[in-house]
Amino acid sequence: MSDQNDPMAEIRASFFIECEELLEALQDGLQELDDGSEDPETINVVFRAVHSIKGGAGAFGLETLVRFAHRYETVLDEVRNGSLHPDSEAMKLFFLAADQLSDLVRASRDDTPLPEETSEELLGRLDALLGDEGGSEEVEPADFTPMGLSLSLDLPDLDAGPALNRITVRFKPEQELFATGNEPQMLLRNLAALGEAKIRCDMSDLPLLPDLAPETPYLQWIVELETEASEPEIRDIFEFVDGLCEIEISGGEEDSAPLAESAPPPPAPPPEVPKPAAVSPPVAAPTGSAPVASPPAAPAAAAVADKDGEGDGRKGATAAKSVVRVDLERIERLVNLVGELVINQAMLSQSLDEAGLSPHSDAMNGLEEFQRLTRDIQDSVMMIRAQPVKSLFQRMSRIVRESSAAVEKDVRLVTEGEATEVDKTVIERLSDPLTHMIRNAVDHGLETAEKRLAAGKSKAGTVTLTAAHRSGRVIIEVADDGAGINRPRVQEIAVNKGLISPDVQLSDSEIDNLLFLPGFSTASKVSNLSGRGVGMDVVKTAIQSLGGRISINSEPGKGTTFSISLPLTLAVLDGMVVNVAGETLVLPLNVVVETLSLGPDDVQMLRPGAYVVRVRGGFVPLYDLGVMLGYRSSRKTGEGSIVLLISLEDGSRAALVIDGIQDQRQVVIKGLDDSFYRAPGIAAATILGDGQIALILDPADIIAGMGHIRGSDFMFSERMTANE
Amino acid sequence: MGLTVLAVDDSRTMRDMIRMALAPAGFTVHLAEDGVHGIEVLEGISPDAIITDINMPRMDGFGFIDAVRDQDAHRATPILVLTTESAPELKMRARNAGATGWIVKPFDPAKLVKALHMVAG
Amino acid sequence: MSEHGQTSDLELLTFRVADQEYSLDIMSVREIRGWTRTTPMPHAPDYMRGVINLRGTVLPVMDLARRLNLPSQETNDRNVIIVVKMNGTLTGLLVDAVSDIVAITEDDLQIPPDISSDPQLSVVRALTVIDDRMIRVLDLAAVVPSRSDEAA
Repeated sequence: MSDQNDPMAEIRASFFIECEELLEALQDGLQELDDGSEDPETINVVFRAVHSIKGGAGAFGLETLVRFAHRYETVLDEVRNGSLHPDSEAMKLFFLAADQLSDLVRASRDDTPLPEETSEELLGRLDALLGDEGGSEEVEPADFTPMGLSLSLDLPDLDAGPALNRITVRFKPEQELFATGNEPQMLLRNLAALGEAKIRCDMSDLPLLPDLAPETPYLQWIVELETEASEPEIRDIFEFVDGLCEIEISGGEEDSAPLAESAPPPPAPPPEVPKPAAVSPPVAAPTGSAPVASPPAAPAAAAVADKDGEGDGRKGATAAKSVVRVDLERIERLVNLVGELVINQAMLSQSLDEAGLSPHSDAMNGLEEFQRLTRDIQDSVMMIRAQPVKSLFQRMSRIVRESSAAVEKDVRLVTEGEATEVDKTVIERLSDPLTHMIRNAVDHGLETAEKRLAAGKSKAGTVTLTAAHRSGRVIIEVADDGAGINRPRVQEIAVNKGLISPDVQLSDSEIDNLLFLPGFSTASKVSNLSGRGVGMDVVKTAIQSLGGRISINSEPGKGTTFSISLPLTLAVLDGMVVNVAGETLVLPLNVVVETLSLGPDDVQMLRPGAYVVRVRGGFVPLYDLGVMLGYRSSRKTGEGSIVLLISLEDGSRAALVIDGIQDQRQVVIKGLDDSFYRAPGIAAATILGDGQIALILDPADIIAGMGHIRGSDFMFSERMTANE
Repeated sequence: MGLTVLAVDDSRTMRDMIRMALAPAGFTVHLAEDGVHGIEVLEGISPDAIITDINMPRMDGFGFIDAVRDQDAHRATPILVLTTESAPELKMRARNAGATGWIVKPFDPAKLVKALHMVAG
Repeated sequence: MSEHGQTSDLELLTFRVADQEYSLDIMSVREIRGWTRTTPMPHAPDYMRGVINLRGTVLPVMDLARRLNLPSQETNDRNVIIVVKMNGTLTGLLVDAVSDIVAITEDDLQIPPDISSDPQLSVVRALTVIDDRMIRVLDLAAVVPSRSDEAA
């Protein structure tokens, strides 16, 4: 509770959020440098990111972070001023240091142990870049004095002993003093505040009026001070004007010069003396093409902006975009409220419908408008939660660096579509599965350098990570240019592990999909990366829990691509509402290819319990959804049954027998608490217009539940295997 | 005393800290994210003092001070530079650009308040 | 909370399941609501009645009689769902009817005899007698299974 009221805690939290942004900018900048960027602003951005992290860290007394950032920054500064030209090794080190910095930031944020050993090692290597003269420059301890939590004013201690010093200060400003915005009057006042002061102005240098140069100071002041302050405290007052004035401090001696009781107001900064250059009329522009002089205030900004060479406004545009930070909880609340609104609207729609109103009545027209608005509001709210996948991709670039180092492969990561926006929760929950996929690509997908060279490929392998929006979904692909899936080997493993029977004939795509079977692992030897018992089945489960699907495409010798298709949001779904055995169910609309009504010869029995339906020349396995879900025991596969043909992105298809179609509409997804039971084939639930709950089906899980091997041997399972 | 201050820093954390240090001490604080933004903000206000960071995108602290001093209205406005380095050459560069004084980050709020009162009243 | 300076260690919500009396620590009870139709979950254990809409969230409902291996009764309008909170998640327990709230002290509790073969008793934490009626105090953690329990 105290946390909420503590402004320091708030700023601290905000500092760590800012750090994430800075770390992102750092990654970007390093990447640009690594790609050969010559833009001086790139290194500036990199430097500033580390510098700002250091600055904030200092304010919170995060000494380890300050120390690391400082030494990292020192090296970057050398790059910035052109005295260090990083080679590819140095760039690698910079990336590692950025990773370490990010670890330190997170450890500081979460108050977990700081990875100091790595820091030392990296700092040693960073220092080495500086050469001998650089050495390890330690931060002065004074530089990171934590900012005090108290905000009380540090007023001079008035209770200090009675020891009064009599001090005389002679102060003669030089012309430059005025150019810095310092004011003699202010300095004298500050001095006077230290005790009893007698100030007199010595005007003896003042020339006669005709000789007076307006910007030259002629005056000096002599201050007799009776004070408890020591000489250093007095010097402190003149800290900012050190070198801009003559200053003499002497202990208690009487000056012989005549005294004036109080000082006349000092001739404050050469008053509003018109600065000749500033107001002189623009020199006639002979060419006529020169711009006409603009009002005095504006050109300053314009001129300087140009001077900084940022005229393109690229960075400017981002910096100028105004942004509001909102507590995620508030957005969650809004999302929930909009969800309720959608449900409410569905209820209203249902009751108006039941009331038998004409579709052309005012009420129905109004409802239509209401529906449109609801949808717009919903889309807008979802937009708030969307964020670019960039941060996720950056984390992945680190995974590539680390995993490629671990298996001693040279790997390049290419990313595309970083700006693609996805729901924040989806991004967060993608991190683990994507990490695993990237590691897999580096470890298993890409060949060793020798094998690559032997195959006539470049020594360095490439992993490509792309994101794109495609027909209302987000597609994320992890592609490697490795050897492709070794299908005979995969099949052999699956047989050896008893996952498939030895005599089964599988298509290429079916073999590839064996990778997703629980308990399958291709690693023939345990490397640093694999062998932790995490397989692609875990990745698949994670993707499915996000309402997504994953598919593989592999070409021998060319590489393997994993495609993840995800909904844009986890909050709503375009669904087809159907009836099965008295229950209402929702299927994601995007998997429904078409609806069919069974004709007399459409259904063929393959063997008892296994049926296929003929769809335009091809055969698709046919299942009764009611039986599959355990809602009824006898199959309804007869003539006239309604069938939904569903298709997944990996090409698998199925025909599902249902009792009737209610509607196609957007439903609000409600998570199911699966803490003690997770139903197979069920992704989530929604609340219908009548307040009842309808389950949302997970078509991929349903198809998977029909048995792993499809096409040739799809045993109909009366009960889907529940514990996979 | 109700002084009005413009603080220019690209770090949100620093801006927050400056505001937190100054607002309770009775200052009216205006914030800007970099030099260019600072100049824009200056068009609408007439602060008693300005605090600026050095390292900033678009227009750094030196450029900003330059630009401020070019404006008649702000030729004499005290400008304090925030710097993490206590390096003398940075102070000198800032002064040559027209800075009034400097504050070494991380700053003590009380010191910042005191420094502002010293230069601006 | 205490009356007449006497502290009662715990308050129990008593209810009837298959004509037997059970109770739960009132601290774990969030609310009691009337019976409403559940949406069945496919292939769920038989004691899982399904899910209901509890003010916009999906609440799993467990048939306590089935869970306790008691003969399951036909559900009727007098049935109620006791909403309990366990390990941060809400679960509904379908019971015949709620009887009373009683305050007792720990001293009133008796450890049930160790008849480990009786699956019913493994979920009974203690026994107590109120007005000459024996009331079983349920161990909620044992009643509401967790997925890890099943996996183990």
